[in-house]
Amino acid sequence: MRYLYVGATPEVDREALMAVRERMAAEFNAPVRELELAAIEFALDRGRRQYGSIPVLELLSRVCPADALKLLAVTERDLFIPVLTFVYGHAQLGGRVAVISLARLRQEFYGLAPNREIFLERAHKEALHEVGHTFGLVHCVDRNCAMALGTNIRQIDGKRAAFCVSCAAQLRRRPRELEK
Amino acid sequence: MRTHWQILVVDDEEVMCESLAAWLREDGYLVDTAPSGHEAVEKARERDYAIYFVDLKMPGGMDGIETMMQIRRLHPEASIIIITAYATVDTAITAMKEGAQEYIVKPCNPEEISLLVSRIIKVKNLQRENTILRKKLSRQYSVHDVISKNPKMHDILRLAHEISSLRSTVLIQGESGTGKEMVARAIHNSGERAAKAFVAVSCAALAETLLESELFGHEKGAFTGANQQKQGKFEMADGGTIFLDEIGDISAKLQVDLLRVLQERCFYRVGGSEEVRVDVRVIAATHVNLQQAVADGKFRDDLFYRLNVIEIRIPPLRERREDIPLLAHHFMERLSHELGKEVGDISEGALKVLMDYNWPGNVRELENAVERAMVTCRSQSLTEDDFSFLAQNGVTKHLAIPAGMTLAEMEKLLIQATLQRTSGNIKESAAVLGIDRSTIYEKIKKYEIPR
Repeated sequence: MRYLYVGATPEVDREALMAVRERMAAEFNAPVRELELAAIEFALDRGRRQYGSIPVLELLSRVCPADALKLLAVTERDLFIPVLTFVYGHAQLGGRVAVISLARLRQEFYGLAPNREIFLERAHKEALHEVGHTFGLVHCVDRNCAMALGTNIRQIDGKRAAFCVSCAAQLRRRPRELEK
Repeated sequence: MRTHWQILVVDDEEVMCESLAAWLREDGYLVDTAPSGHEAVEKARERDYAIYFVDLKMPGGMDGIETMMQIRRLHPEASIIIITAYATVDTAITAMKEGAQEYIVKPCNPEEISLLVSRIIKVKNLQRENTILRKKLSRQYSVHDVISKNPKMHDILRLAHEISSLRSTVLIQGESGTGKEMVARAIHNSGERAAKAFVAVSCAALAETLLESELFGHEKGAFTGANQQKQGKFEMADGGTIFLDEIGDISAKLQVDLLRVLQERCFYRVGGSEEVRVDVRVIAATHVNLQQAVADGKFRDDLFYRLNVIEIRIPPLRERREDIPLLAHHFMERLSHELGKEVGDISEGALKVLMDYNWPGNVRELENAVERAMVTCRSQSLTEDDFSFLAQNGVTKHLAIPAGMTLAEMEKLLIQATLQRTSGNIKESAAVLGIDRSTIYEKIKKYEIPR
């Protein structure tokens, strides 16, 4: 039996974590286990005051349990890759590990009044998106699909927290990976 | 069509290179990386990338600007984006002056890169579509458009190129669907006549008298309905090339007329008494064995020798199976533009089906098969199942031939089975049976085979 692991760094909003966990279980039809992760201070770039997602993925690969189908980490820290100003999340394409950042998903980040519902909806979408990459899915041309590229918050709000028919079909075509 | 486009990321810092490459791969692009300008130029020499991301500051005596200039020497149309961590107005101006499409400062906003890439790819898609449509419209095929890695085909293409500037008559022999007209057009387009007309005539499509007026034109009043003078194809092709397809099917009288044109470069319009002189290069093609037709007395030997000055024999697809995957990919790429359907991949299993099939209709049949599969396929990749219709055509039905059957009965049975296999296609059936079209018609009539 292989599990879908959802890991969280210590500072993560527990309610958001629970919501993501439940969503993963429903969407990928696999048992989900939780994993406590250490803080990711080692990935801090002092100049940028952001956290490198590449060293985080490297760490996740090392701590990924043997019975893990996939491991999705959730953090509150703002992530980046060297060439870009930020990333909402990062995954090994076709690999086992992925990470999402909640930092830019809150309305407060954009100077707006907090809205729990919008925040949780965004977290669902990002979780699906990054886990989708670990199953080998690339960005989808359907702007409503969870696999659509989102480079700003409007684009993330524009998608649905679900895969389009074509991406869902591609996921179904990998049943052996899901059953092992 | 994202999948066809390849991107090259050039940066001496591995983490920069790999992170940008990984980010672009998530977008579905095929991304290559190079750690130095030298290596980037080497990679560009092997293939042209849709977009080059080049870091400005690189050690090793070759910076981003120099790398860009060398790439542009290889591919003047290359889209190059210069990336730098240290933005100064001077470097930006230099980069743009030397032909960079864009200049971005890292770290850059993901939205900026994403918009930039999609804008460039959009233009590339339009450019490619334009080239395809233009080629399709004018059918300006050149020697480079013939897709093959078969040595025999390469010899043919080399020969086609060498003879393109001569006026000598060419005879192209090959089964139906092997691309005889394409080779003829390639010869025409590579030579000095390229700017002049290429006129194709299918000799099998018309009755003798019609073909005569089609080729040589007619005078007003030459026959009922000829209410004005009409130019023939030979006149239309003056200065250029006339392509006479299915030359083996022309009547004895036309053979004489044609021989005269070839010998004297002049002819009379039907019903006319004025000699018309033309400078036309003749390329003839046939799917029947003309030597055999000469031996059987159906084709004039003097005309055959006149036509056969330069002989090109195009091998059937089953004798150059190594070309099947290449051609299948080529058709997929072209058809995904035409059909507006993103089918970018073909499975190993599907390729095996294509490799094992016998292709009586040759490249044309392969093209049709790929189109049919792409139209019905529901995913982004063609699989064995999408080509299941070939298995139904391709299965060789074993014919039971009980002793006591006459030869005629056996012939009838074989013709029936062949027609069934080719879905009633006479041309294809004749090719499979190794007889010409008129013979198969005679036999269908003789044996009263329902069609």
